[in-house]
Amino acid sequence: MKVLVTVKRVPDPETTIRVKSDGSGIETDNIKYVINPFDEIALEEALRIKEKLGAGEVVLVSIGDSVVTEQLRTGLAMGADRAILVGCDQDLDSLAVARILAKIVEDEGPQLVLMGKQAIDDDANQAGQMLAALLGWPQATFASEVVLSDDQQAVKVTREVDGGLETIGFALPGIITSDLRLNEPRYASLPGIMKARKKEIKEVAAADLDADMSPRLTINSLEPPTQKEAGKKVETVEELIGLLHDEAKVI
Amino acid sequence: MADFIDTDFYHTEEFLSEEERLVRDVARRFVDEEFLPRVQQCFREGSFPMELVPRLAELGFLGVTVPTEYGGAGMSSVVYGLISQELERGDSGLRSFASVQSSLVMYPILTFGSEEQKKFWLPRLARAEAIGCFGLTEPDFGSNPGGMITRARRENGGYLLNGTKRWITNGSISDVAVVWAKLEEDGRDVIRGFLVEKEREGFTRQNIDGKFSFRASVTSEMIFEDCWIPEDNLLPKSGGLKSPLMCLTQARYGISWGAIGAAIACYECAVDYAQNRKMFSRPIGGYQLVQAKLVTMLTEITKAQLLAYRLGRLKDAGKMRPDQVSMAKMNNVSTALHTTRLARDILGGNGITDEYPVIRHLLNLETVNTYEGTEDIHRLTLGRYITGLSAFE
Ligand SMILES: Cc1cc2nc3c(=O)[nH]c(=O)nc-3n(C[C@H](O)[C@H](O)[C@H](O)COP(=O)(O)OP(=O)(O)OC[C@H]3O[C@@H](n4cnc5c(N)ncnc54)[C@H](O)[C@@H]3O)c2cc1C
Ligand SMILES: Cc1cc2nc3c(=O)[nH]c(=O)nc-3n(C[C@H](O)[C@H](O)[C@H](O)COP(=O)(O)OP(=O)(O)OC[C@H]3O[C@@H](n4cnc5c(N)ncnc54)[C@H](O)[C@@H]3O)c2cc1C
Repeated sequence: MKVLVTVKRVPDPETTIRVKSDGSGIETDNIKYVINPFDEIALEEALRIKEKLGAGEVVLVSIGDSVVTEQLRTGLAMGADRAILVGCDQDLDSLAVARILAKIVEDEGPQLVLMGKQAIDDDANQAGQMLAALLGWPQATFASEVVLSDDQQAVKVTREVDGGLETIGFALPGIITSDLRLNEPRYASLPGIMKARKKEIKEVAAADLDADMSPRLTINSLEPPTQKEAGKKVETVEELIGLLHDEAKVI
Repeated sequence: MADFIDTDFYHTEEFLSEEERLVRDVARRFVDEEFLPRVQQCFREGSFPMELVPRLAELGFLGVTVPTEYGGAGMSSVVYGLISQELERGDSGLRSFASVQSSLVMYPILTFGSEEQKKFWLPRLARAEAIGCFGLTEPDFGSNPGGMITRARRENGGYLLNGTKRWITNGSISDVAVVWAKLEEDGRDVIRGFLVEKEREGFTRQNIDGKFSFRASVTSEMIFEDCWIPEDNLLPKSGGLKSPLMCLTQARYGISWGAIGAAIACYECAVDYAQNRKMFSRPIGGYQLVQAKLVTMLTEITKAQLLAYRLGRLKDAGKMRPDQVSMAKMNNVSTALHTTRLARDILGGNGITDEYPVIRHLLNLETVNTYEGTEDIHRLTLGRYITGLSAFE
């Protein structure tokens, strides 16, 4: 079974993000980049599927300029078999990303596309859904459990929805986007890193894919969130109730 | 107030390849997620977290530079250095475990061993199916190992070992010991290396208790009383004091990176503390004396990073000399020790409890400054290099 996994390069969630003074973007000096954590979970799931079946191929795809090889190499070191880098130096919105991915899917013909439910930089949460629509494939978003049928023709996916869990099933090919609790991704080992040296990263130019990349979305400005006020400690329950009543006005 | 703590002031990150950064990040994550949550308990109990040993093997941290044909990771010395740095950011005991296995056990087997010894031991040591130790120091011979009294005598187609080795990391938990002993050859004593399996009769070991340093590491005494080992257990290519010293050069190289990790852990803790601890009217980080301490710490860390990085590239190019290792070990450990002491100061009363990592690193670095050649012994080595005159005797 061939599984395609999308990998986006995003700022490390542990780094402090600063917005440029003119609001045009974020300061990129001294920022560390990682694989989008939800994509990492998607990759882990793909690797587990392959390990369980004892056969198959896990193919990574990332869109961006040459620096994204760093994230692709990390994914290969975790255990993916090969990678595709779609070279593109313009900013893309979710629809443009989905259109490029649709071309890659047509070309690669995977049975399953595993994606993060969202990227932690723009939190758009749309690419997976849009890709499903473009391909006319079934989708299961916010997955917390994925079970492949014995004949490998269908999946059952448990989804985290408001107020509970929903289990849906569909026939492959299809698209699954991962939620936080799907699994705990492994990390690369030195032997894995050594093996990754020899794995292929195929480069294709986005411009050659004949995908419509014209922006539907423009970012006007970015603002940092307002600073949270420090909390306060109260001495007694009475004082707390008083403050909740008089100051917060919630009781 | 700075909103992140910069410990790479001169952007040494830019010297590293993508792959080197990846390995460093893996080691960092392992330490943060798997080691640090346990270390306080281990240090209190005086135990090493043995359950992590298989993980060290799986991740490839045992035998980083050993060729893949023998089960190692076959990576560079800079990679080995970066891993040492991250492991010691956790605890010197953790780094020591990997140093001993890689530099003091696998290295001598690789360098002085027969093909059979290499094929048998190296893959097992890399997979942590066997744990090794390195027995050089004796109760009465530390800085001067050449004076050792442990002896090997030819007997029954093998060797009979007699003597005591003390301060041996992992001694009592090891499956195989690399033991250095004098053997008479053509009428004179030559130091040779021997492999001694734990089951050998006449080989006993016990833990050294009462340590205030390296509590999360096993330190032992090993006694050999008419302990017979077969001919095949001699490391055939070992010969003279130079052999164990070559091993120490490898380990000291890793230590010069490791010490930076301990210093960084304490520096980060001290900066955070100084920004948040208010005394008199404001955060103590706003007072000149505290700032001066933080400045010294960051400056020393930065200098140490540059020494270690350059030494690593020299080593990978095959150009590193032992004197250069002496300088890095001496400087990086003693300045790291100074850094941890300053951090302890900044933490006030909190600096003496294990709720913070500082006192643990400080106590550990007291050992690191002593073992693998004391700070002063390296100073004398460099003094001899400069003047051509030995000040040892
Ligand atoms: C936790 C721990 C783990 C260890 N692990 C190992 C191990 O795995 N394997 C192993 O073989 N050893 C190990 N050691 C031993 C370590 O290498 C020795 O402790 C070290 O070499 C110093 O020897 P010593 O303790 O006998 O001190 P000494 O040699 O007695 O030195 C005492 C002091 O005298 C100074 N001194 C000595 N000679 C001179 C001189 N000529 N001029 C000026 N000053 C001098 C020294 O600098 C030092 O300050 C370990 C030690 C510790 C504490
Ligand atoms: C084992 C132990 C036993 C103790 N026993 C007692 C006891 O019996 N009774 C008791 O009352 N107390 C006791 N203490 C408390 C001890 O006196 C305090 O720890 C000490 O006064 C330091 O205070 P602090 O820990 O709050 O550090 P802080 O005051 O927070 O100091 C932290 C750091 O900031 C520096 N600093 C603070 N202000 C300034 C400034 N203006 N300019 C420059 N630098 C500054 C300090 O020098 C220090 O390096 C004990 C402490 C310990 C560890």
